[in-house]
Amino acid sequence: MGLDIEKIRGLFPVLHQEVHGKPLVYFDNAATTQKPQAVLDALTNYYQHDNSNIHRGAHALADRATRYFEETREAIQHFINAREAAEVIFTKGTTEGINLVASTFRRKFVEKGDEIIISTLEHHSNIVPWQMLCEEKGAILKVIPINEAGEILFEEFEKLLSPKTKLVSIVHASNALGTINPVKQVIDAAHAVGAKVLLDGAQSSSHLNIDVQELDCDFFAFSAHKLYGPTGLGCLYGKREVFETMPPYQGGGEMIKEVTFEKTTYNEIPFKFEAGTPNIGDVIAFKAAIDFINELGKDAIRAHEDELLSYANEQLSQIKGFLPVGTAKEKVSVLSFNINAMHPYDVGMMLDANGIAVRTGHHCTQPLMKRLGLEGTVRASFSVYNSKSEIDKLAEGLSRIARIKNK
Amino acid sequence: MSSIQEVQDEIVSEFEILGDDKESTIYYIMELGGSLEDFPENERIEENTIKGCQSKVWLIADEKDGKVHFQADSNTDITKGLISLLLRVLNYRSPEEIIKAELNFVERIGMGSIIGSQRSNGFASMIKQIKLYALAIQTKQNA
Repeated sequence: MGLDIEKIRGLFPVLHQEVHGKPLVYFDNAATTQKPQAVLDALTNYYQHDNSNIHRGAHALADRATRYFEETREAIQHFINAREAAEVIFTKGTTEGINLVASTFRRKFVEKGDEIIISTLEHHSNIVPWQMLCEEKGAILKVIPINEAGEILFEEFEKLLSPKTKLVSIVHASNALGTINPVKQVIDAAHAVGAKVLLDGAQSSSHLNIDVQELDCDFFAFSAHKLYGPTGLGCLYGKREVFETMPPYQGGGEMIKEVTFEKTTYNEIPFKFEAGTPNIGDVIAFKAAIDFINELGKDAIRAHEDELLSYANEQLSQIKGFLPVGTAKEKVSVLSFNINAMHPYDVGMMLDANGIAVRTGHHCTQPLMKRLGLEGTVRASFSVYNSKSEIDKLAEGLSRIARIKNK
Repeated sequence: MSSIQEVQDEIVSEFEILGDDKESTIYYIMELGGSLEDFPENERIEENTIKGCQSKVWLIADEKDGKVHFQADSNTDITKGLISLLLRVLNYRSPEEIIKAELNFVERIGMGSIIGSQRSNGFASMIKQIKLYALAIQTKQNA
């Protein structure tokens, strides 16, 4: 049975407003999703009743806060099917997760001449940390090419692999085009040459079932705010045996076992990587977001989003001058496009005048845009609370824009 | 030639006719961009772009009969429209007039809410660059 979208929409207060006199149509979900009331309530409730620093306080509030905080970690463990909760580290977001790996991994495992592989589809946050690493270590960054549809060329990837490959860091689902990468094959091929694999799960985590054990990835980074949770929070999964060999990220409280002026010994994972007081309130509220997703079920969410994507493709294809960008066979609900002879900013601005929120520009994937010969795209990305009637409004708005431009 | 203030008053009354309808306002701004004179192809270079704009904006200035002559272009129609508004007020004026100009039309038409805060920064960069050009030409005149 399908989801009751009207009922789901009712859980998101922000959706019920007018923008420039028109009802809001929010299609910028790949940038950030809206938050259900339960997440907002959990956040308020924490500050009203439980606010306290965790893991050390000898009092009831600290005990409650610690328990709720660790309950989220367990919820995430099940959400991605990690073997144990200690394999889940809280970060500021996907970007920090990637930087954590880049920064700690390089200190121990990367030497001059070693190679790191990424793909053409990467977000800047999965390019720049590796460039910094390569510059510092004299390592080499290799890039998997793509075809016109926006899919990686697997045979070319295999050619890039060698015993020099230390790490493959690849996006699970592209934020700019929606392409779902064949990550299982990528991981197996990388492991065959002894390389570790990091998956950028910023987009995939909200659309796909994630099973890190089945994937066998070494790291999986994602953000809470793209999963109906708070901003400024993310998770980095890492296999225990990999995490344990890595040096700490930042120094401070929480991450130590014992400190003397002569020498400090470090805490066990996950605390080794969580220096300082964490983002307690947001972590606790994040559990409400995970509960929300679990109640609906990822499969039902995906089915609804897929239906929206194919409906949008159908409707928008009828618009004169509609140019879809990224036509991979396997996609999450991201529709990137251009309207002939129009700059994406102009299209986005006119859609905004119609109350429709989309993203325009290079989507923090400038090398990808360059590869596709584009300055940018308009991106409509769909979430569980979006409806077909909203897509009708997008199609109407775009037809009008295209007509006026081509008159 | 109308004064800077008179031109600004004209713009304000045009936008008043459009009222609160955001879509018409945006279309109107985009149409205004068509009034920009053709930008010389050989000047479409990095040095002539304005920093701080989300879209690409090229702006050049030279002196004509003691006045400042601006030419500008952008890769987006809305930005072209915005810059054409600025040039309508400030083109072919003396450097001193441009430097001293108080661009009250920007606030009076509610530019901030039309183009949003991200573009407003870019719009401010355009104004700054126009005034810098005027200052450079004034310095040259006084040398």
